[in-house]
Amino acid sequence: MRFLIALAQIRPVLGDVSRNLAQHLEVIARAAEQGANLVVFPELSLTGYYLEDLVPEVALELAHSEVVVALREASATHRVDIAFGGVEVSEDFRFFNSAVYVSQGEIVHVHRKLYLPTYGMFDEGRYLAPGDVLRAFDTRLGRMGMLICEDMWHPSSVYLLAQDGAQILLCLSAGPGRGVRGEAKLGSVEAWEMITRAAAQAYMFYVVYVNRVGFEDGAVFSGGSGIVDPFGRLVVSAPLLDEAVLVGEVDLKEIRRARTFYPLLRDERLDLVLRELQRIYARRYHLSPHDEGF
Amino acid sequence: MKASDVGSKQAFGAFNPALAAELLVRFIREEVTKVGFERGVLGLSGGLDSAVVAHLTARALGPENTYGVLMPYRTSDPTSVSDAELVADQLGIRTILVEITPMVEAYFERFPDADRVRRGNVMARMRMLILYDLSAALRALVIGTSNKTELLVGYGTIYGDMAAAMWPLGDLYKTEVRQLAEYLGVPERIRQKPPTADLWVGQSDEGELGITYDVLDAILVELVDRRLTVEALVHNGYEEALVRRIAEMVRRSHFKRRMPLCPKISSRSIGHDFRYKRDWGS
Repeated sequence: MRFLIALAQIRPVLGDVSRNLAQHLEVIARAAEQGANLVVFPELSLTGYYLEDLVPEVALELAHSEVVVALREASATHRVDIAFGGVEVSEDFRFFNSAVYVSQGEIVHVHRKLYLPTYGMFDEGRYLAPGDVLRAFDTRLGRMGMLICEDMWHPSSVYLLAQDGAQILLCLSAGPGRGVRGEAKLGSVEAWEMITRAAAQAYMFYVVYVNRVGFEDGAVFSGGSGIVDPFGRLVVSAPLLDEAVLVGEVDLKEIRRARTFYPLLRDERLDLVLRELQRIYARRYHLSPHDEGF
Repeated sequence: MKASDVGSKQAFGAFNPALAAELLVRFIREEVTKVGFERGVLGLSGGLDSAVVAHLTARALGPENTYGVLMPYRTSDPTSVSDAELVADQLGIRTILVEITPMVEAYFERFPDADRVRRGNVMARMRMLILYDLSAALRALVIGTSNKTELLVGYGTIYGDMAAAMWPLGDLYKTEVRQLAEYLGVPERIRQKPPTADLWVGQSDEGELGITYDVLDAILVELVDRRLTVEALVHNGYEEALVRRIAEMVRRSHFKRRMPLCPKISSRSIGHDFRYKRDWGS
C-alpha cells in the first residue's frame, strides 16, 4: 500500500490551545488538499512545550474535549488521519504528555510519553506523569507505533514497537537545537538524524519524525522533520528552523523488500531477550527465583 | 599542556559563526515580534559587543527598525562615538546621541566624593534609564549586549548595562563574539580595539579582570560548559589560584543573574511555585 504522509512542522503558541487548534485545522485542510492520508504534528502541538504551571490549564479530557472533537471531525471531513500532541488529564487527575491518533472521526490510539526528561534544560517530570503502556496499533493505513521525543532515545521503546509489529513509527518531537561547535548543522540535529535512520535500518520499518520549530524563552526548536524508509534512506526532509508542511510517500511494500534482504526481525530471539531480561531484572531488584512475581 | 591547548576547540570542535548568526538573528526576530514589537533599541558604544548586536538586530528587524543610542560621557574615548557612527553608517541603522555628562554631573553634585566605581555604575545606570525611556518612546525592546564571559564573572552593572529584554550574546564567550564579529563584517578597527567599559580613562577589561579573554574563556568553558572540576583543570595545567579565583567570581556574581529574592510565605509565590515562562501566551 502506498500513501502520503504530511509532516506538520509548526510553531505552536505557548499555552494558547485555541490558536493552536486553528492552526492545526488549517494545516490539516492544506495537507488534505495535497492528497495526504495522514498528517503528523509535533509533540505538544496543541499547547507548546515549556508549559510548567500551564500544564493543568491546557490539559484536555480526551473523551469530552471540544478540541479533540474538532480534530476528530477534521479527520472525517478531510478523510485524513491525524496524529497530534497535547496534555491529557486522566480521570484520577494525572497529567500526561500524550500523542493522539485519530481517524475517520474516532480516537484510534493514545500514547502517553514514557520517559519524561527531567535534567538539564528539561523539567517534565515535575509537572507530568509518565505513561506505562507501549503498544503498536492498527490503522486503516497499516500498523503503527507512536513515540514522543525522549522515548526515542530509549532503544527499548523502538525495539518493543518493532516486535509488536509496527510498520510505521511516528515520533512526535519538541527537540531543542543546541551545539554550535562543529560542522554546518546543530549538534542535536545530527543526533536526531542518526537515531531515526539507525532505527529505520535496524528494524526495517518507516520512521516518521516530526519536530517543531520556533523559540520559547530563548530555547530554539530545530525542525528537521523527515521520513526515513526501511533501508534507512531519507524519503523527504523538512528544512531546519522554518515552519513547513511537507508531504512524503510511504510504500509498505518497501518493508517487505527490506526484510527480504535483511531478515533481522525473523532472526530476532524474543525468548533469549526475555530470559536474559528476567535474569537482569532479578539481579537489579535483588529477587531470588522463589520470590513472588519472578 | 599549555592553558591555550585546553580550550573549547579541542573539546567541542570549532565554533561555527555562520550557524550562531543564523540562530541569533532568528532569536531576536522571533522574541521581539511575538510579543508585539517591531523595533529594537541598543546602546552603541563603539565597542565589539554592541557592534555585533547592532549587526544581528539590523539583520533580524531591518536597519529601519534598529536604533543605536550613543551615550558618551565627557571622559569617554573620542573614538567611542566615531566608531559607533562607523557601525551605524555601515548598517544604515538610526542613531540617537544623548550626552550623559550633564545628568551624571548633576547627580554627583550631591555626592562629590563618590569613587570611580560608583561613578561608573551611575553612568551605566544612566544609560539604562535613557534606553528604557527611548524604549517607551520608540516602542522598541531594549536589546542587551552582555556576553557569556562577562555575565559569568559578573563584569557588568546590575540594572545598568545588564538591563535588557534579551541578551543575544548571552550564550557566546567573548572569544566567540570576536569570531562572530569577523563573520558579520564588523570593521577591523573595532575588532582590534582592546575591550573596555570606558567608564574611566585608561580602563580595560583585561586589565581590570587581571586575565586575558583567551585564558578566561578557556577556563570558563572547562568549568561551565564541560563541568570539569577545579582539580581537573589544575591537572590539565592551569594555575590553581587563577582557576579558583575565576570559580569564585562566578559564584559571587550569581545574584546578578537572578531575579530579586522573594519570600515564600503564601501558598503560591513568585519565584518559587508560580512558574510560567516569559513567552507565556506568545
